[in-house]
Amino acid sequence: MSNNIYLKKGLNIPISGAAAQKTNKVIVPDVVAVKPTDFRGLVPKLLVREGDKVLAGTPVLADKMSQNILLASPVSGTVTEIVRGEKRKLLEVRIKADKKQEYVDFGVKDPAGMTAEQIKEAILAAGLWPAINQRPYGIIANPDIKPKAIFISAFNTAPLAANPEFALKDEVSNIQTAVNALAKLTDGGVHFSLNSENYSGTPFHKIENVIQHTFSGKHPAGNVGVQIHHISPIRKGETVWTVSLLMLAAIGKLFNTGKCDLSRKIAITGPAVKDPAYVEGVPGISVKDIREFYNPSDKLRFISGDVLTGTNITSEGFLGFNDNQITIIKEGDSYELFGWAKPFRTSQFSASRTYFSWLTPKKTYDMDTNLHGGPRAFVVNDVYSKVLPMDLFPVFLLKACLAQDIDKMEKFGIYEVLEEDFALCEYVCPSKIDIQQIITDGIALMLKEMC
Amino acid sequence: MSGLRNIVDKIKPTFEKGGKLGFLHSTFDAFETFLFVPNTVTRKGAHVRDCVDLKRVMIIVVLALVPALLFGIWNTGYQHKMAFGLNDWGFWNIVWYGILKVVPLYLVSYIVGLAIEFTSAQIKGHEVNEGYLVSGMLIPLIVPVDVPLWMLAIAVAFAVLIGKEVFGGTGMNIWNPALLTRAFLFFSYPSKMSGSTVWTGGVTRFQAEGAAFQCGNGLVDGFSGATPLADPASYSFLDMFLGTVPGSVGETSVIAILLGAILLIWTGVASWKIMLSSVIGGLAIGYLGFATGATELPGYYQLVMGGFLFGTVFMATDPVTSAQTECGKWIYGFLIGALAVTVRLWNPGYPEGMMLAILLLNTFAPLIDHYVIEFSIKRRNKKVKIA
Repeated sequence: MSNNIYLKKGLNIPISGAAAQKTNKVIVPDVVAVKPTDFRGLVPKLLVREGDKVLAGTPVLADKMSQNILLASPVSGTVTEIVRGEKRKLLEVRIKADKKQEYVDFGVKDPAGMTAEQIKEAILAAGLWPAINQRPYGIIANPDIKPKAIFISAFNTAPLAANPEFALKDEVSNIQTAVNALAKLTDGGVHFSLNSENYSGTPFHKIENVIQHTFSGKHPAGNVGVQIHHISPIRKGETVWTVSLLMLAAIGKLFNTGKCDLSRKIAITGPAVKDPAYVEGVPGISVKDIREFYNPSDKLRFISGDVLTGTNITSEGFLGFNDNQITIIKEGDSYELFGWAKPFRTSQFSASRTYFSWLTPKKTYDMDTNLHGGPRAFVVNDVYSKVLPMDLFPVFLLKACLAQDIDKMEKFGIYEVLEEDFALCEYVCPSKIDIQQIITDGIALMLKEMC
Repeated sequence: MSGLRNIVDKIKPTFEKGGKLGFLHSTFDAFETFLFVPNTVTRKGAHVRDCVDLKRVMIIVVLALVPALLFGIWNTGYQHKMAFGLNDWGFWNIVWYGILKVVPLYLVSYIVGLAIEFTSAQIKGHEVNEGYLVSGMLIPLIVPVDVPLWMLAIAVAFAVLIGKEVFGGTGMNIWNPALLTRAFLFFSYPSKMSGSTVWTGGVTRFQAEGAAFQCGNGLVDGFSGATPLADPASYSFLDMFLGTVPGSVGETSVIAILLGAILLIWTGVASWKIMLSSVIGGLAIGYLGFATGATELPGYYQLVMGGFLFGTVFMATDPVTSAQTECGKWIYGFLIGALAVTVRLWNPGYPEGMMLAILLLNTFAPLIDHYVIEFSIKRRNKKVKIA
């Protein structure tokens, strides 16, 4: 505890609709989707055809680049539809779930007696390898390398994020198993970051076989990228892996039960949700399965994940592989008379002091998707670093990305960042610049040029 | 509200692509977004956004300038009254004269500047940027009140075109457009921008034609019109602090400028680091000059004379043209303050150095940032190697 890292910069977005800590519904999946678009850089190769029977754990997709990376079906059922987009890009494999779930049996294993190779094979075979993220660039980990270290964030500061102490309270032993397994894949140890404000309140501080760190501060203190930056920054040529607690639980279950069991508690959150709470389900469940949580006649946006970094999945969409949160907010496609010129604008939140919302720090707001202005060039320069607790020059990195200047991108820290770290910069930007997209394009350029 | 919205919705198609007045799309858009926050929703990235936008940021700066403007109007009339000995003038006479002199400056500044902004947005097919709202507000406050309007028009056109639009508009410019306007006037028409007689409304015309708005019995005996910079002995510190001295329209009153500075710092719109470091720089050189005998005035006089404080608060802090790194801001501000006072004390050619100090540091701001970043990256690399 003595070496707590306190992050002064950051911002907790006061959006209303936090999920109450109760499970309102167990979703019996109907049609679920496996989405290769959940993973950056994954070039999918189909392993099933329409009409095929699959079990929970049967591989559905493989990565064309390294074909031992598989993506498994979360349910047992029948492949009903393969959805393609422009240029026949594979978007979704839809599977109609059976009434009774059957799992592929991978066999109960104890990681303590296994070698690194055996552990890798076990995770790869069960289709759980894509749960391991590699930095730089946030891609699926390359199983052929040994990372410098593995990083895990044991708390989540994103707006309305699922509370890990509640959502994963039964998974502590599975997480321990997974940590034991992953510890064998690196020499640098498993770095495990906890929130110092809730250190003794969380069961995760008892996880062993890890190097513990504690952080405190506002969002994005819980982002693993921010934590890596303060524990051991990524230099050129280094790679580290990150895994979320949620996926650790799944990996642990694989070893403890022999099943690829992706079921999870999912937080249904946001200002447009009636009675926000948790549901039980699997990744790939349809938004339609939670229809009692919203009013279908409203114009709504459905987000798999949180409001800052989540994916817009529409009312027809499916929950993402890595997500345990669905956020629903109103579409803000209405005009506001003299909005910017009003002295008070009490129903809106601003992190800046140009409005008066800083006088009511406890208030939460029913936010919608309105952009609140028109896009402009970068003008104000000091708002971004106030919400980015990293020793970087955000505007300079962004401009290097825009200029596609690889030398400068390297110098300004492209290896250390992902979109999620810049999400708050995007939120506060008075010029309404799509900052996460700039980072996405920058990372895509690096992947193209450097690999 | 919905009635107004209906009218706007009704005429909107005329201005859209393919509509009769489609070529005026940017202009229509500017007026529409002036009235209404647009209904655009987020497409990429964060799904919710902060309700602050550039219009809000700019309107805060405009508000911060209002005290200086109001005082400037009053002081214009007051200086005229004192110069011509119009003892029967009351408050409203003074203000009325100020309005007559200052409003035309604003009309020229906004009409010329916005016309160019709208035209270039139209040509480029962009939205009209709100940056000129601030520049247009600043320009009349930093020129002598008697500047001929046609000169001002040319200078504004030069600053907006060459200083801003050729670089790509607001956010891309190297130099502060308002200061560029002043620099253009200063070097093109020096006789209208310096000396002792240009700072008091009506004096130039009186000397040329023997007439002015109201000239009473002519200039009073002992009228000098010199600003405190040229003739510090004839004004008390209190006069300079209150601002009842000749000078550019908005720069004289320390109190009015401080009110603006409080608003800017309070809202976080302008950098207090730049303001503070500029003041420190000015004081340091001011006292150095005092100690070495270059001036008889103690250092703090430098802060209240001329355009020092106005430049520090409103011009040096322009986020586009100032240094962008936090450490760079300290260096940038300090050098502005120090350089401005250095020019005042050791260069007999120019009594005032603020304008050129800021423009010079605008030029060097990217260089300062470059070295700050280099240093920071080197330091971080060293730390990582040790760890």
